[in-house]
Amino acid sequence: MNAPSEWSAWTSDAAAQNSAPDVNFAYLDERTKRMIRRAILKAVAIPGYQVPFGSREMPLPYGWGTGGIQVTASVIGPQDVLKVIDQGSDDTVNAVNIRRFFERTAGVDTTTRTHEATLIQTRHRIPEKPLTEGQIIVYQVPVPEPMQRLEPRETETRTLHGLAEYGLMHVKLYEDIARYGHIATTYDYPVMVNQRYIMSPSPIPKFDNPKMNMNPALQLFGAGREKRIYAVPPYTAVESLAFDDHPFEVQKWHASCSLCGATDSFLDEVITDDAGGRMHVCSDSDYCQTRQDEADSLPRNAPGAVAS
Amino acid sequence: MYVAVKGGETAILNSYKLLAEQRRGDTAQPELSVPQICQQLKLSVDRVMTEGSVYDPELAALAIKQASGDLVEAIFLLRAYRATLPRLGSTCPLNTSSMQLDRRISATFKDLPGGQVLGPTYDYTQRLLDFSLLANAQILDKPPEIADLPDTDAAPISEPEAVPRVVDLLNQEGLIETFAPPAGDPTPSDLTREPMRFPADRATRLQNLARGDEGFLLAMAYSTQRGYSHTHPFVGEVRLGQVAVEIAPEELGFAISIGDIEITECEMVNQFGGSKTEPPKFTRGYGLAFGHSERKAMAMSLVDRALRADELGEAIQSPAQMQEFVLSHSDSLEASGFVQHLKLPHYVDFQSELELVRKMRAQATNTSDQTEEAA
Repeated sequence: MNAPSEWSAWTSDAAAQNSAPDVNFAYLDERTKRMIRRAILKAVAIPGYQVPFGSREMPLPYGWGTGGIQVTASVIGPQDVLKVIDQGSDDTVNAVNIRRFFERTAGVDTTTRTHEATLIQTRHRIPEKPLTEGQIIVYQVPVPEPMQRLEPRETETRTLHGLAEYGLMHVKLYEDIARYGHIATTYDYPVMVNQRYIMSPSPIPKFDNPKMNMNPALQLFGAGREKRIYAVPPYTAVESLAFDDHPFEVQKWHASCSLCGATDSFLDEVITDDAGGRMHVCSDSDYCQTRQDEADSLPRNAPGAVAS
Repeated sequence: MYVAVKGGETAILNSYKLLAEQRRGDTAQPELSVPQICQQLKLSVDRVMTEGSVYDPELAALAIKQASGDLVEAIFLLRAYRATLPRLGSTCPLNTSSMQLDRRISATFKDLPGGQVLGPTYDYTQRLLDFSLLANAQILDKPPEIADLPDTDAAPISEPEAVPRVVDLLNQEGLIETFAPPAGDPTPSDLTREPMRFPADRATRLQNLARGDEGFLLAMAYSTQRGYSHTHPFVGEVRLGQVAVEIAPEELGFAISIGDIEITECEMVNQFGGSKTEPPKFTRGYGLAFGHSERKAMAMSLVDRALRADELGEAIQSPAQMQEFVLSHSDSLEASGFVQHLKLPHYVDFQSELELVRKMRAQATNTSDQTEEAA
């Protein structure tokens, strides 16, 4: 339970920003965590199904990761090592802010190294380094309903999911092909989970979609504003929608990372001057840094050295 | 040379510092105190309590101070505070017939039991800037036109006895619909604990509207007056005053008062043409807000009535009649958060779109080249 005194510490001067003694472990009260854990268990039992839950008003705004934060707060324990990324990077302000939130309210260890983390909260990316058994990845989800842009009424989409009636989505993809010659969706590319539910993978680039398939880690999805939780248990089939004559393809670059030379990672384009100068760098900052370190001092930092 | 963006934490801490300075403003001016906000910005406090769903003027005033007067931000602060508070119990339904009235207006009857009480209102002020306030005039230096009036504290504004509600008066003739509590009087669902599911029952809808953004509800209500689902409304009454809040602990077996709160209640009376099974009669829309929040209570009652279209067999054609449209977009926290989340980095998504647009443009160029060659 929080008390008013805490809130003056929350935003007053910078020196008082390092602890939050009046809040429960990981902020949420235990009854709320129990409610969320029940929703998570149901979500794991029915892969890809959106479970409604009593999303709370968090001290961070809706749309900024409140669903992911509530899921993380409900599954995190004192022994966990947390990594938080936004757009693949540990250092963007929103990732920093959420990491600080858990440092202050749960006092857990944090890391930027994908393989050291037991729990990874992410917005819009899946790390390049393959996840392992025992890890949990929590996605922040803005719009859990993959068909919302095609049918905004939840009463309708709920029925469509119930009947596994996904013609609407296939027609949309078909119309893309008819108009452009290819499917014009590049992120939040819909997937079929366990041959049953069509699911939004959250706005990850479709480059990351194949990583979801048969992943050894537990994948949890939290949508705070829309009040839904869903999940993909370890080793579950996740198939990106496609047609036989138009198979699913991921983005490719005719470039490599300017910092680490990687050719197999998702590259962000960075504008370097006002004369059209551009370079490509890895979106996954940990992957990029690890590769740079390895290049500097082989054979230190052998991959997979630490795994819990 | 490109350097990966780092130092987010320092930037955040610095932004706190700058924000604190911005909030304080020029230190040559005395700092606003929370009691000052509570007393002198009452209508702001009332709105923050209503949409923040906590009746606590002091905390609402604190939130307003902390939010530099941004009421939506203040509502957010109060909601986040309330989210993890324990639930100790439920109150009995408020009995607004026996509230102590400071203001009570009916647009349907010229006079009625309990009378019309104008009370404090901006309704009949002539909106001229009052420059005496600029000079921080004391209440002693009243403007000349009110200087001669007797002190209102001396004159009793209302009688403490029960003042029947207009809808109850209409009901004596059977002209207006009535609502018996449903069988077993089930506890209404609590939107702050359970997510909204559609279709939502009226109690749930009213909860959502009570917490809904005043500006949004005002616009939706206004749309019903401009042909997007006309509901022929009349203000049965608007009342403002103090009402006792009672709880009935099981171990006591009777209700006890735990204090008074100030509320604004609006009962809208709407025409209804009748149907095959029912003769024509009046229907109702209901609005309730903490403190003095007439605009909110009235807008809420209009939207409540519009949302009953399905129940009353009216065609659902306008946004204000559509549950999912109204209830999914009424919450200022959800709306403000999601609109403003666009400030967050979207590098990855934008990169994906860049690739796509380039690809499609290349295709378009190729196609037009081929067309030219063919021609």
